[in-house]
This record gives sequence, C-alpha cells and structure tokens, in this order.
Amino acid sequence: MKPVNQKAWWLVLPVFLCVAFSAVLPLMTVVNYSVQDIISPERRVFVGTEWFAAVMRDPELHEALLRQIVYSLSVLAVEIPLGIALALSMPATGWKSSLVLVLVALSLLIPWNVVGTIWQIYGRADIGLLGATLQKLGIDYSYTGNATHAWLTVLVMDVWHWTPLVALLAFAGLRSIPDAYYQAARIDGASKFAVFRYIQLPKMRGVLMIAVLLRFMDSFMIYTEPFVLTGGGPGNATTFLSQFLTQKAVGQFDLGPAAAFSLIYFLIILLMCFILYNWMQRVGTADAEGQGHA
Amino acid sequence: MHEDRFHKRTIFLVAYLLFAILPIYWMVNMSFKTNDEILASFSLLPQQFTWANYAKIFTDESWYSGYINSLVYVAINMVVTLVVALPAAYAFSRYSFLGDKHLFFWLLTNRMTPPAVFLLPFFQLYTTLGLMDTHLAVAMAHLVFSVPLAVWILEGFMSGIPREIDETAYIDGYSFPRFFLTIFLPLIKAGVGVAAFFCFMFSWVELLLARTLTSVNAKPIVATMTRTVSASGMDWATLAAAGTLTIVPGAIVIWFVRHYIAKGFAMGRV
Repeated sequence: MKPVNQKAWWLVLPVFLCVAFSAVLPLMTVVNYSVQDIISPERRVFVGTEWFAAVMRDPELHEALLRQIVYSLSVLAVEIPLGIALALSMPATGWKSSLVLVLVALSLLIPWNVVGTIWQIYGRADIGLLGATLQKLGIDYSYTGNATHAWLTVLVMDVWHWTPLVALLAFAGLRSIPDAYYQAARIDGASKFAVFRYIQLPKMRGVLMIAVLLRFMDSFMIYTEPFVLTGGGPGNATTFLSQFLTQKAVGQFDLGPAAAFSLIYFLIILLMCFILYNWMQRVGTADAEGQGHA
Repeated sequence: MHEDRFHKRTIFLVAYLLFAILPIYWMVNMSFKTNDEILASFSLLPQQFTWANYAKIFTDESWYSGYINSLVYVAINMVVTLVVALPAAYAFSRYSFLGDKHLFFWLLTNRMTPPAVFLLPFFQLYTTLGLMDTHLAVAMAHLVFSVPLAVWILEGFMSGIPREIDETAYIDGYSFPRFFLTIFLPLIKAGVGVAAFFCFMFSWVELLLARTLTSVNAKPIVATMTRTVSASGMDWATLAAAGTLTIVPGAIVIWFVRHYIAKGFAMGRV
C-alpha cells in the first residue's frame, strides 16, 4: 500500500491551479450564464432553471443528441476492434516497426481542419481519388448531396483519423507484456485466441480504458472535421451536438440557452464516461477473479 | 499454418497502411500541381510539376508566421504541462492523500467539456487579463486537455518504477528535488517522451480555441489556412501545400518518440 502523506497535495497543487484557471473558471462563467437572461451587458435577469427546461424540450436538440450517440457508438464499435487488430499485426522490432509506427501515427498529427480539407478534396467526384474511384465503380457517390454518403464519409474520416490512437495505445500495452507470459502460454499449449483472451486483453485493459474514454469523449465533441467537410449537411445529417451548440451560441447569440445546453452536454459526457469507466473496471476485476479461481 | 497467419497479418497491415496513406498522398500530389491542373484533369502524378505553392508559403510572411506562432504556443504548452504534471503524477503514484482518487478522475473530466462551451468564457477571461492574441493565451487554454492526459500517462510510467529506488535515495541523503531531477527523471524519460507527444498532438491540431483567442500576432497556421476559401473559389493548390507542411512537425515528433512507444507502457492504475 502507498503511504499516506497529506503533503503530497503540494505536488498536486500546481496542476490543480492550472486546471482550475483554464477549466473551472470558464465553466463557472457558463453556469452563471445558464441561469440568467442577458439582455445587454448591463441588464441581466435571473431566470433560474427556465433555460434548462426550454433546452430539454427542444426537439432539434433531441435529434442532434440521438445522432450524436449513434455516431459515437459507431466510432467506438469500429475503432476499438480495428485498433486492437492493427496493434496485433504491427511488427514489434526493427526498422519495419519504426516505419509502421510513423506511418500509422501520421494522421493523428494533422490539424483537424486540414483533416476535413484532405477528405473534402479526396472525396470530390471530379478531382478526388476516392470520389472518382467510387464513381468509376458505378456508385453515384456525393458527400454533399446524399445524407447517407455524408454520414459514412464523416465516420470513415474519423476511423482514418483516430484509429491510430487506439492502435498506438494498444501497441504500447502489448509491448509491456513480459516474454515470460508468452513462454508460459506456449508450455501450456494455449491457442492464439486463448493467449489474446487471457493474456493480451487483460494486460491491455489500462491502455484500452484510456483509449475508449478518449475516443468516446472526443467523438462526442467532434466539431471541426465535419464542419469543414460537410458543414453539417446535407440537411442536418451530419450536424452533431457541438455544431448545434455553436450555431446556438454564436449564430443566434442565445447566451442563456446555449450555456444551459453546454452544461447538459457536459453532464451527458461525464455520465457516459463514468458508466464506461466503471463497467471496464468491473469487467477487469471479474476477469482477475476468474483467473484466480482457475 | 504459421506461414498462413503471417501472410494474413501482413496483408491486413498493408491494406490499413494504404487506407492511411492514400488521402495524404492525394494532398501531397495536389500540392505540386497548379490550380488549373487540379480542376481541369484527374491524374495520379502532377503533370506540370511546380514548387510555386510552397514558394508562396515560404516567402509570404502572413503564411509562414502562422507556423511559427503555432510552434511557439505548442512549445509553451508542452513545457508548462510537463512542469506541473511531473510532480503531480509523482504524488499520485507514490502517496495516498485526501481525495486522491476523486482528484485523479476529476482531472480527466475537464477534458470532457466541448471546446465550443469555453469559447465565450475564454474570450472574456483573456480579454480581462489583457492576454488576447498572445501565444500564452492559447497555451493556457490548451492546458485543459494536455494536463489531465499528461498526468494520467506519467502516473502510469512512474508506477512501474519500484518505490525502493526512492527510499534508497532518501536514505542516502538526497533531497527531493535532487533525487527527482538526477535519478527519477532519467528513469521515466520514456514516459516524458510519450506525454510530450500527446501534448504536442492535441495542441498542434486544435483549431477552435486557437482561432478564437488570436487575431494577428499569434495567429496559428490552422487559422491562416481558412484564407484559401474566397469568393473566387478555393485555392486548392496553396491549401494542399499548407496542409502538407502542417504534417512535417508532427512526423518529426513521432520519429523521436517511436522507441518509447515501441518499448511499451501499461498505465496500471486505471
């Protein structure tokens, strides 16, 4: 067990102050807005939970929220297995390993609006490789005209953009497993699947937890990429929560409702992450116990 | 049997790499073309190869200063993040203290606020402090996502170092700062590398906050790039060249940390 030492707080204090300054302070401003009707900078009226009630009843919000949840779950369902598979097939040592790592990680380091731009060009039917190829194959592909195509393009773009994050984390988790585990498995004559299920997967739990949480929260907040690629369209097909919120806050300048919406937004992410976190913790503990009995 | 599996893996890997590289290849391809060629024809390689798009970016100050601004605030962000996150991660990995578990999860919750939520409060906060349009403002704003992640990553690495090393050093009369800097830091340098990589990654690519908090002096490249959209249509060629150049710093950073990632880390606490 770790020794109890309250002085350790001094070491955490700088982080606490930094985050308080750059996150808690702005968040409090948002809380402040959410309960007021701001008519002008000098005139504001306290309205209590009125904005929250109004926002919760907004059918457009319900649509955007549903679209967002479907999108984020799709992202997780594709990127996590694909990332693990990729990590398992990446070479472990030598120059090939270095090369593959760099190539795989490349898409992570491209600014988000450039990501949108790349796919905007790439998907154009007249000048883009993807769009032109699909056209040649006889698919009338258009991410600006067809809602399904637009949605799928945003999803594929996200898979392209972010699967490497899952892969890098999973890869790092795999590399931290001592050789002795594999040797023991070989002696026991364990199948490839058994090695994956009972050695690699449990050992990757920590990094996968981070991967799942990061991918969930970031995909839930996605803004720049679909904004650049499709501008939320056609119609509202790719207008996700963040864009909906920005339209409200900046476009219509409804500060109160936008703030109330922000807080609800934040609480949804927090709740979902909390559920994911606890669920993965439980699965992990059950796994450890199962192994103890065996 | 074994051979067969090896082939399947290689085929999968090559297929993924193609999927990963093709969009980037297309952009690089376009960056060496003229706008006329981009719009007029479809070709896998530039027919009239030109450096003009790159020349434009390197000679026009309003273009290249964007890269410098971005690199400056990313660097400030990385340094501040590591300086505050290192001691905190050490505290989390070595001691129990009041509220440690809650604080650890709370850190991550700050990453869960959509940047769009922060736009207006940040704007007001930094205007009040007179920091608008400075590199520092963007670097501070980006701390919201870099610090929590850096603490989580560093804590994972530090927990992998046996505590006996600390105890022996203290018995030998090392003070905390001296122990930390001369003994402990070299042991977790892989963790520092990986944490720095993640800081760089999330700060370099962010647009919304960076664009809101700057106007001229600290305008990042990602904001400058939006210039290529104008009434007369898109300047695809310059956009492609500018986009290609934004990949270069990231590629350099990943090249430096590749060994640290390949060595592996488990992030035990979560």
